[in-house]
Amino acid sequence: MHLSILESGTEEKRSPNSEWRRVVRGLRKSPLAVLGSVIIGILIAMAIFAPFLAPYSPTKMRLSERLSPPSSRHIFGTDDVGRDILSRVIYGSRISLRICTVVVGLTIGIGTILGVTAGYLGGWVDELIMRISDVFLAFPALILAMAIAAALGPSLQNVILAMVVIWWPRYARVARGQVLVLREIDYMVAAKAIGTSGGRTFIHHILPNCISPIIVQATLDLGEVLLTAATLSFIGFGAQPPTPEWGAMISLGRNYLRDNWWYATFPGLAILVTVMGFNLLGDAARDVLDPRLRRSP
Amino acid sequence: MVIPIVLGVLSITFLISHIVPGDAAQLMAGPRATPEIIERIRRESGLDRPLYVQFGMYVAGLFKGDLGKSILTRRPVLADIVDYFPATFELTTVAMLFTVIAGIPLGIISAIHKDRILDQLSRLGSVIGVSMPIFWLGLLLMLFFYVRLGILPGPGRITGAPPAHITGLFILDSVLAGNWRALGDSLSHLVMPAFVLGYAVLARVVRMMRSSMLDVFSQDYIQTARAKGLRELGVIRKHALRNALIPTLTVIGLSYGELLGGAVATELIFAWPGMAHYVVGSMRTLDFPAVMGVTLVIALVYILVNLLVDISYAFIDPRIRY
Repeated sequence: MHLSILESGTEEKRSPNSEWRRVVRGLRKSPLAVLGSVIIGILIAMAIFAPFLAPYSPTKMRLSERLSPPSSRHIFGTDDVGRDILSRVIYGSRISLRICTVVVGLTIGIGTILGVTAGYLGGWVDELIMRISDVFLAFPALILAMAIAAALGPSLQNVILAMVVIWWPRYARVARGQVLVLREIDYMVAAKAIGTSGGRTFIHHILPNCISPIIVQATLDLGEVLLTAATLSFIGFGAQPPTPEWGAMISLGRNYLRDNWWYATFPGLAILVTVMGFNLLGDAARDVLDPRLRRSP
Repeated sequence: MVIPIVLGVLSITFLISHIVPGDAAQLMAGPRATPEIIERIRRESGLDRPLYVQFGMYVAGLFKGDLGKSILTRRPVLADIVDYFPATFELTTVAMLFTVIAGIPLGIISAIHKDRILDQLSRLGSVIGVSMPIFWLGLLLMLFFYVRLGILPGPGRITGAPPAHITGLFILDSVLAGNWRALGDSLSHLVMPAFVLGYAVLARVVRMMRSSMLDVFSQDYIQTARAKGLRELGVIRKHALRNALIPTLTVIGLSYGELLGGAVATELIFAWPGMAHYVVGSMRTLDFPAVMGVTLVIALVYILVNLLVDISYAFIDPRIRY
């Protein structure tokens, strides 16, 4: 199978410091990247300041105000038990952010360690790790995540766990590809020749140079992770009511769609805008960091 | 390459179905079974044997086309899959055709008009496409085109009587039977779900086609073709297109998994009687033989599609030989 598209190699290397400065410069020049950063900035602010921003409690029911359309009292309207949808969307940003950072953070950790180990040691270890990752990539991601989440029992924790299980091979591949390129570079050979220990080589020479393709992969993945988690919740394998998770909210609002369009519309809009923010940022990061694209017109 | 992956896929589905909390024999026996009955079921279905023996039994069964028996429907899993699979296959195939037929020309147009208004629009459409929660898009389209405007049919595969059963694919069956009413009926039912399902993948295809066309445009042989006075359309059709297709095909193959996954949400929204209904139902009730069977079949279809994509490279690029 052709999965090489997921692997990336770099031809040139600079010190991580100048790399960072170049990234920030590059991102500032692109208006779409700025838009993406603003969206994500707002998301993070919403998550941190949710109790101050939300006009109502996200779980408090007011049956007298159930299913009221958007108005000055409830900008996004209310749901079937009278909860304020705007407040739920604002609190939902906490859940979304938690899912994204935990899943991507854990998969980067696990994937990088396994990928670097595979690339650095080579031989049967490499063969074993890569064949296992091939198997995970042979599944449609959502189906496997569903199966794992269903087997463990539907909850947000189990969705996160299921997604970590299916997501790590992407980082393992990127990291391994990077190590294979690095192994042949002079300073690595030099480090080996003067007897630098394996651990030292790993921390001082390999890791800093793996970081940029992993960051690109991570920013591109954040949106996909959020979409997958929301889909799982929508189907009923993720966050359970009354958690204000966006996908679960759409799932509830679905039953009232015909006469109460706002119920499912605003949580969906929140997903769309957030994922777009991650993708705009990810695209820009790729344009700046991926040297293969730097050449193309 | 394929066989070890299939074996790996098998082991993973097997392991997942055995991390299920609770007693499988108890599930099979039902809530009112006595301990003796549960014990007998456990013995008969081999659940008291070591895990590796159970795995061996499962694999041996597969060779005989036996995927086990569904706890929920009490039928062989394979028979269930045969019933549900055509609907899903029809939906994902039409969605994939849509992404190819719309995506490749859009990518080419985008590349030709690089950085001009058409290109900007198609790039914006692409970013929205890959960011779209498709279950939400499906709900909104349904609300708009079916509930409000009433110009597209609502849930299900067909409104009238389905065509005579030949393959289970309604489009193919109605053509074979010459049943044009059923053909129009089932095609109009496919419009929304296929669009919803294909949209995210369409965005990927457009992006890939655009960037690989731009890559090819910068090659010397394109300059040569233009220099010798070929018309632009000829340059694109004869020289650029084939070379730009390979990376795009790879993306399409890899995206097929996304179509299969996306089909779950799409089928639920449009009440499409496909595998998703079966798989979600069986996952909810922990009907593990069904879960194992469906996950396995879906993974096999995905592997097969990517194999076909690999083989198709040779037809597009004569330099590639297997």
